[in-house]
Amino acid sequence: MIPASFDYESPKTLNEAITLLASREDAKLLAGGHSLLPAMKLRLASPALLIDLGRIGGLDYIRDSGETISIGALATHAAVAASRLLLASSPLLAQAACNIGDIQVRNRGTIGGSLAQAHPSADYPAAILALDANIVATSQSGERVIPAHSFFTGMFTTALRPDEIITEIRVPKTAGSGTVYKKFHHPASGYAVVGVAAVVRGATGKIDDVAIGITGVAEVAYRATAVEDALRGKPASAIAEAAKHAADKVEALGDNYASGDYRRHLAQVYTRRALQEALSSKRK
Amino acid sequence: MKKNVRIVINGAEHRAEVEPRLLLVHFLREVAGLTGTHIGCETSLCGACTVLLDGMAVKSCTVLAVQADGRSITTIEGLAASENLHPIQEAFWEEHGLQCGYCTPGMILCAHDLLQQNASPSEQEIRDGIGGNLCRCTGYQHIVNAVKAASRKMNQRQRAAARAAD
Repeated sequence: MIPASFDYESPKTLNEAITLLASREDAKLLAGGHSLLPAMKLRLASPALLIDLGRIGGLDYIRDSGETISIGALATHAAVAASRLLLASSPLLAQAACNIGDIQVRNRGTIGGSLAQAHPSADYPAAILALDANIVATSQSGERVIPAHSFFTGMFTTALRPDEIITEIRVPKTAGSGTVYKKFHHPASGYAVVGVAAVVRGATGKIDDVAIGITGVAEVAYRATAVEDALRGKPASAIAEAAKHAADKVEALGDNYASGDYRRHLAQVYTRRALQEALSSKRK
Repeated sequence: MKKNVRIVINGAEHRAEVEPRLLLVHFLREVAGLTGTHIGCETSLCGACTVLLDGMAVKSCTVLAVQADGRSITTIEGLAASENLHPIQEAFWEEHGLQCGYCTPGMILCAHDLLQQNASPSEQEIRDGIGGNLCRCTGYQHIVNAVKAASRKMNQRQRAAARAAD
């Protein structure tokens, strides 16, 4: 399978990339290429120009920025999964990253590329939502910080403007909270049939605050606010009942493998398991 | 609009003018003439086309040749440093880690990445590690055994080399 012909540019700087992107309506950005290249081979996408971000240096960092950790958009899933900084200070993204695809995919795929793709069964969105992360988009008019809750707007659709490039992801440190990503893998594709990311803050047996992001169930990842509201200030024994609201008011996707009802059921079970595990894994 | 690329494959430099849409796997097989890298699904699912790009396992059907410009590739032909087989190749031979052999180059290069990250993987870690490589013959058990055996061989040789250096 061979993609349709296209022009190819590999800018060395972010500024060059932004200028190129603004100059051509028919251009697409190429990062790890593990969503775009398969789509191009199937001729589902035929951009006239590919702007390869892979030659832009210094956009794959993961660094401590005080209250938050800043992740360059070109950090690969493998780098996120193995980051000692993330594992020590904000492990949820790393917990999600090690569940993406396989070794080869994690070596190429990037966090910026995955977020921009906004696949309804991608792993990162659940974690990004549960962390209230911020996504930094850069264009000729400067930087724009997009909060996670307004970033994912639909299936394969985000709040990014056509002239913007994701440059950084900022995640808060979660010291004192337990974090878990629980995933039911599709046996063939490896995508999440359901993926639940949970951040739980609380003393022994009692939940002070909780955030839950769920991917795979609906057209777009969402926060399970009904579960969160039912658990703030409650004892751990409330988890089982609260988790039953994991897919309330959600229009669930269905396919040959998993019906909408089955996905809703999995969302409840995986939410319960994620919360129980997060509470018991809570670091001091 | 063709592009000039320079790709080092198994230590040898290959220069060519290519269409940007040329996939790395086609560059390896058709431009460099190295047919040890196999094409299976062409949809980045089966892993048959796995090679090392700057030492890391990638599916060469999902990398453009232009993305590999200036980079270094190792294919199955270049894995062994000398006339002898690489310990992972030896282990696949000894443990019958293949039947038809179509998936084998990709399996071996993926196992190489896995063992670089984790020198002594558990059985589950091996099964997770080769999760992106499909085999339709073996049922995987002998492949898992081969990766375990390769891990033992490589660790033994590393210890022997460390002793020799002392």
